[in-house]
Amino acid sequence: MDLDVTDAEEAFRGEARAWLAAHVPATPLPSLETAEGFAAHRAWERRLGADRWSAVSWPTEYGGRGASLLEWLIFEEEYYAAGAPGRVGQNGISLLAPTLFAHGTEEQRARILRPMARGEEIWAQAWSEPEAGSDLASLRSTAVRTDGGWLLRGQKTWSSRAAFADRAFGLFRSQPGTPRPHQGLTYLMFPLDAPGVTVRPIGRLDGKPAFAELFLDEVFVPDADVIGEPGAGWRVAMSTAGNERGLTLRSPGRFTAAADRLTALWRANAAPSDTALRDRVADAVIGARAYQLFTYANASRLASGEALGAESSLNKVFWSELDIALHETALDLLGPYGALADDADDAPEHGSWAEGYTFSLAGPIYAGTNEIQRDIIAERLLGLPKGRR
Amino acid sequence: MRFLLTAEQREFGRTLDGMLGACGTPSAIRAWASGDAKPGREVWARLAAAGVFGLAVPQEHDGSGLLPVELTVAFHELGRHAVPGPLAETVAAAAFLGRLGDGAAAAALLPGIASGTAVVSLCMDGPYALDADAADAVLTVRDDTVHRTARHGPVQPCADPARRLARPLDGVLLARGPAVTAAAAHALDIARLATAAQCLGLGRALLDGTVSYVKERTQFGVPIGSFQAVKHRLADTLIALEFARPLVHAAALALATDAPAAARETAAAKVAAGEAAYAAARTALQLHGALGYTDELDLSLWIRKARTLRDAWGTPAECRARVLADPPDGN
Ligand SMILES: Cc1cc2nc3c(=O)[nH]c(=O)nc-3n(C[C@H](O)[C@H](O)[C@H](O)COP(=O)(O)OP(=O)(O)OC[C@H]3O[C@@H](n4cnc5c(N)ncnc54)[C@H](O)[C@@H]3O)c2cc1C
Repeated sequence: MDLDVTDAEEAFRGEARAWLAAHVPATPLPSLETAEGFAAHRAWERRLGADRWSAVSWPTEYGGRGASLLEWLIFEEEYYAAGAPGRVGQNGISLLAPTLFAHGTEEQRARILRPMARGEEIWAQAWSEPEAGSDLASLRSTAVRTDGGWLLRGQKTWSSRAAFADRAFGLFRSQPGTPRPHQGLTYLMFPLDAPGVTVRPIGRLDGKPAFAELFLDEVFVPDADVIGEPGAGWRVAMSTAGNERGLTLRSPGRFTAAADRLTALWRANAAPSDTALRDRVADAVIGARAYQLFTYANASRLASGEALGAESSLNKVFWSELDIALHETALDLLGPYGALADDADDAPEHGSWAEGYTFSLAGPIYAGTNEIQRDIIAERLLGLPKGRR
Repeated sequence: MRFLLTAEQREFGRTLDGMLGACGTPSAIRAWASGDAKPGREVWARLAAAGVFGLAVPQEHDGSGLLPVELTVAFHELGRHAVPGPLAETVAAAAFLGRLGDGAAAAALLPGIASGTAVVSLCMDGPYALDADAADAVLTVRDDTVHRTARHGPVQPCADPARRLARPLDGVLLARGPAVTAAAAHALDIARLATAAQCLGLGRALLDGTVSYVKERTQFGVPIGSFQAVKHRLADTLIALEFARPLVHAAALALATDAPAAARETAAAKVAAGEAAYAAARTALQLHGALGYTDELDLSLWIRKARTLRDAWGTPAECRARVLADPPDGN
């Protein structure tokens, strides 16, 4: 057992650190959940992509660096430690791309991954529907066979950043009346500016148009944009849903960097006698370290050829609760400044704690709610009997 | 990086688990609690034969040299089976003597620790020595002195009946000076690591026992394990234990390489594992209902251990303060 990194990995860290030091904007970009901020983040995504830092773990032919999982973790540590901007390309890079690597055709990979890595095409995830949240398989939007493709009809919702994104991927019912709701679903991709698509931005808790509703009226999708076999969409989607809960969406670097910032905030602001606050800071630091180490252990298992299963549900519950605890503690340390919204002139650290706090509150809801994750943990990892659902 | 136990380390744990399972620890725990150390000492002898107590003893004194990772593997199993006695204290005493640089003191106790014939309690964390009545020697560290004694005051009842607490009395001065302070700091880290690993094993046993129970016990016509409130509590127990585990392993690695961060890492591991085990005990008690509140239930021996182990060798508050004590770049 060891935690040693090789010289090559250390060199990779150095290269990433140097690049970030030279390129990370001196003042943070405006919130990526606004039109102006989205544009700024897209430009940043292009900057990253131009030097092949946007998707380091992809093969070089698609614009990556062929980095190992450990190198990716190292890159993420450096990325967040450098205070680099949030990743607006994340849905595509961490959710769609792994699906295409596993289930896509060579033609799809060649056509879609490069523009994604270069930040030219930003993707939205169109899974949820008004009547299908936790019970995702109950979705009703349909894909009906037509000449050379499919016609989409229905409504998707809570689609992150779909107000500004270019394309979307989602699940549609292509065979009505199957015995089980998970059957007869097809996974496909469509442009958000295609004829028949109406995008209605929805304000989130802080009013920013962070997600959107999509109304689909006879939207044509060619066969080339179906991922995997028609009708087998559930299996395709679920085989990569673990990415959303587990490591690739929430790398530990994000939390270790936040814990370091929190510690600095505590040293600068807290009364030494306030041991209750000190204990919370310590717990956040310990939690971030635990998450980092847990990820290293998982990375080691993957590297030795083991597969991960329901363990990603452990990650999901842990990181989402850790994220809230980190941010709540920071707001408490900020005292009266903690109440300021992220765009207030006086908001400390350019409003990053305030914005991070609002976003952290959604963690237990998206990527499968924590209640659903706890069911998965209890049934699949502890072997408890299925209850009524 | 390979941040996973090796096949040999896992096999070591499985062997100890099998052996301890066959020992029937509950009756040894109950005997220990009533002052009869004999069955407990028999378990110790078997553990010593498997090499457990030599894991913090230098090779020249018949040990294996300090092997913190193997120590965590062993203490996980000791915790899982709730083995009674001053376990962390004995290996911490070994680590202390190994660092002290006093050949005579080391030669007098270390070979016996490795072979299991010397049960040694180390007292530097509060007024009471653990299991002084069953120990062959008690080492007491105060400031920069260390005394050795075999005498102690009356045994005080403890919240964990298998912990027998007594004040050590006078004794012979073994050493004085900065070497004592340095050795004590090292021993504290080892004690915290061993206790943290013990907590993990204890918590796992509490979780496993409770999972089996909720699958068997039916109410309202179905197993109580099919109720979501029950499931979610057990899921949280698993999460806390699974995220404490890598902290314990990283702390062991830090000690193995004598890294400057070792004290911080052991403190972090101790907080997380101690709290996880204690939460596991609360869950076990709750989900066993009134049965969990009886001392007839063997699992109650585990339940009662969790709180005292969580607070041994540094309360959570002390350990949290230690985590933040270093400046950020000091490592
Ligand atoms: C910030 C944010 C971004 C999002 N981005 C996207 C996106 O990009 N694309 C996308 O497709 N979706 C997105 N979502 C939607 C998200 O996936 C859903 O919110 C989520 O799946 C839960 O569905 P729901 O909101 O309909 O809640 P519901 O399913 O209605 O659940 C409401 C409450 O009931 C609980 N509940 C439901 N069923 C059970 C059960 N069986 N047992 C116990 N409790 C239960 C839930 O846990 C929750 O607490 C986003 C959500 C948020 C908040």
